[in-house]
Amino acid sequence: MAVKSLRAAPPSDDKRWLLVNAAMRRYGYQPDALIEALHTVQESFGYIDPQALRFVADSLNVPLSHAYGVATFYHFFSLKKLGRHSCVICTGTACYIKGSGELLHAIEEKFGVADGETSDDGELSILTARCLGACGLAPAAVLDSEVMPKQTAEEIVTLIEEALRNGKS
Amino acid sequence: MSVKTLKMDGKDLSAREGDTILQVAEENNIYIPTLCHLDGLADVGACRLCVVEIKGRRGFQPACSTVIEEGMEVVTNSETLQKYRRLILELLFVEGNHVCAVCVSNRHCDLQDLAVKVGMNYTRLAYRAPVRDMDLSHERFGFDGNRCVLCTRCVRVCDEIEGAHTWDVRGRGIEASVITDLDQPWGESLTCTSCGKCVQVCPTGALFQKGKSAAEMVKQATFVTYLKSMRESKK
Amino acid sequence: MESHELDELAARERTRQGDYHHQIGVCVGSGCASSRSPQIRAALEAEAKKHGHACRVKGVGCMGLCGAGPMVSVDDDEVLYQHVSESDATRIYAGLEKGEPVEDLVIANDTPFFTKQVRVVRRNAGKIDPDRIEDYIAEGGYSALRKALTEMTPEEVIDEVRTSGLRGRGGAGYPTGLKWSTVSKMKSPQKYVICNGDEGDPGAFMDRSVMESDPHLILEGMAIAGYAIGATQGYIYVRAEYPLAIERLKNAIKQARKYELLGENIFGTDFDFSIEIRLGAGAFVCGEETALIASIEGKRGSPRPRPPYPAESGLWGKPTLINNVETFANITAIIEKGSAWFSSIGTEKSTGTKIFALSGKITNIGLIEVPMGISLGEIIYDIGGGIPDGHEFKAVQTGGPSGGCIPAVHLEVSVDYESLKALGSIMGSGGMIVMDDTASMVEVAHYFMEFSKSESCGKCIPCRVGTAQMYDLLALIISGEATSADLQLLEDLCEMVRDTSLCGLGQSAPNPVLSTLRYFREEYEALLVDAKPVEAK
Repeated sequence: MAVKSLRAAPPSDDKRWLLVNAAMRRYGYQPDALIEALHTVQESFGYIDPQALRFVADSLNVPLSHAYGVATFYHFFSLKKLGRHSCVICTGTACYIKGSGELLHAIEEKFGVADGETSDDGELSILTARCLGACGLAPAAVLDSEVMPKQTAEEIVTLIEEALRNGKS
Repeated sequence: MSVKTLKMDGKDLSAREGDTILQVAEENNIYIPTLCHLDGLADVGACRLCVVEIKGRRGFQPACSTVIEEGMEVVTNSETLQKYRRLILELLFVEGNHVCAVCVSNRHCDLQDLAVKVGMNYTRLAYRAPVRDMDLSHERFGFDGNRCVLCTRCVRVCDEIEGAHTWDVRGRGIEASVITDLDQPWGESLTCTSCGKCVQVCPTGALFQKGKSAAEMVKQATFVTYLKSMRESKK
Repeated sequence: MESHELDELAARERTRQGDYHHQIGVCVGSGCASSRSPQIRAALEAEAKKHGHACRVKGVGCMGLCGAGPMVSVDDDEVLYQHVSESDATRIYAGLEKGEPVEDLVIANDTPFFTKQVRVVRRNAGKIDPDRIEDYIAEGGYSALRKALTEMTPEEVIDEVRTSGLRGRGGAGYPTGLKWSTVSKMKSPQKYVICNGDEGDPGAFMDRSVMESDPHLILEGMAIAGYAIGATQGYIYVRAEYPLAIERLKNAIKQARKYELLGENIFGTDFDFSIEIRLGAGAFVCGEETALIASIEGKRGSPRPRPPYPAESGLWGKPTLINNVETFANITAIIEKGSAWFSSIGTEKSTGTKIFALSGKITNIGLIEVPMGISLGEIIYDIGGGIPDGHEFKAVQTGGPSGGCIPAVHLEVSVDYESLKALGSIMGSGGMIVMDDTASMVEVAHYFMEFSKSESCGKCIPCRVGTAQMYDLLALIISGEATSADLQLLEDLCEMVRDTSLCGLGQSAPNPVLSTLRYFREEYEALLVDAKPVEAK
């Protein structure tokens, strides 16, 4: 007997939920679509909030705590809203050897934002990545999704200052 | 069902095919310490206290989830194993905040019993002294994160036996901890049936009944095998 | 597509390419792409357009010298240019017409960096456009799959792989043929092939480069594996941090489906094979087979005890073959040229080539492919060009957080699985990080322990709490407040965590400490408050 299951309704009429829904539909709403769905949420909304987790968990018939456990296990997912500008410092071995620690230190000194934090005014988030695979460009940073090769502490601070001044992200 | 023969700590034993090393040891009164294992729940091999040496195999294997094989030679309690088990227990004691004297489970605690049996009476390690919360929002039960050893018995009993899957683990590594639903207060959980199974299977005083004071919390986890067999016979 | 159509397509494409007077390749790998290679490609295309399209401008895969990027090649690698910028387009084109390369951009291609390499897996990198399946087919692509399907039985394919001596390129070096044969013997209507593209070692970018430079090589290797073991479905698990690799693989799958090189009745046989991509989400532990499977199933990437091995009970409980990217990328050459040819490269027990990512304090930063058995010194000094800025070589770290440091006295070591292991390191997936005399080895160990600590899944106690305690002890030693008792405790923890952890991450997490203690113990001891005075000899 075919049972028509009721699909969970999106939390709002925001068009971005259609993208999330489409990602889950591609997998036939099977539980293994969870990570893919979370990727789509993060890509569409910039982060994953509780209502998104609830919607995805309900749609895929996955326990809430399981969805929360998965979302917090993988470091690619963020449950907090990021700042308008984000700067990712690569802390892979090649970048570490070439001084990525000094970049982070200089940024914290200048802007008062440490790894994993967002400034109080919501303008700047600082993140670290395990290895961008850009070891030939060490130490590398990603400022607002653009890779910045072979950075020095002064350079990255200047680049961030410029980004903050220009306002756009 | 065929019978296998094996050697454990020099003794010749016979056992049923498909049995684990732990089952065979228990039947033959050989003590192997366990913590995350609980009869009736799926084994995860996480606490590593039950690791044993198997001749011809590299490294150490968990007794709870290693199935016996014909001719196997197992050593359950070598000097190295004793040393490692003590050190693993030390890790557990310094990871959380375990103060037996004020704990509801004092004298009825698996962790405490293990320390006595394995002979762990002091530690060289630095206490991590993490800041962990209590959750007293549930009307009948309480959770004290300071005493949690992350054995995930609560997660498994809630998922496998009760079927609610209210509990799970959040985060990873040293930051990991158990949560209910979307990391909400337990009392606000809509999936929790308040059955209390998690409390009964918890090896320490992390999950407890409200109203108990120091050393009053006695737990009874034998219902797990009973419920499991009853449910299987209905299928 | 039918068998003969492959040859026709290849011939057509070769004719088309032959019509061009010149072919200019612009590296579109991640490294060069982040130094504006797409803009350079556009500038060169604009220039070609001005001159009536007699010249083909194409994106090509990584040419290896990432530190000299963006790189541009002319007519395969007749002339190589380094540090190219958009404004060089006119000069490069003028140089072509005059037949004189642009002197100040040329990088010599007869240096040991190029001549000492043996390119099997990377044979197409720098040559073909990774976004065009026709380029791949023109170089003989998909003929190994055709050979396997139409001329060989699955057993013969497995035999060929087994006798080639190929071993897993992900690190541990398990014999690939043996793995294939185990899965093929399992009786199950459904089996899976998984390609592990979750390259997570910091300082390693070999697999990313193969995925970006020659995606069809991986698809073809997986399809051959599917035929050999009796699977019809494959998955490629790629880190989300590799957007370009994901895009190229997606595109490649689409093209292969269009030509019916994936899908149903491939080459008119009754063999069906499909491939899907699954994304990782930033968890190093997912490189472990059982954790990777959990992740594909949409769960937390926590490993589970083995046995049962994935070969018996893997994805959704079905027999599953997992190999890494570079392993699959070796398959077509083995099928096409034979196992005898393959095993003639390298050493007796470590056959074939290995790709390494050279980085750190070394002159030539980039990717190299060398025959197994080459000496470490040849890699560092001949291919790598030695240590820059007048510094001395101190150690090279292989195998990332699971590996160890090899000091200068062992530079003559043969680079193969057993020799590196005997020195307390591992082959690993191929990261080689060079350190000069300014490096503090205790800090290197501390760095890797921080990595293992934060990548630990938290399931088993030795790894979860042990890595955190070892990390703290290393910090204490660096701060100069530790005693010899603390060092002893660190060593005790190392042994216990290595021997009792559930999975490879925990079991190998102590390696960076153990190997630096083995070769640089005096650096640890010098930091202790109760440091022993140096004994007179």
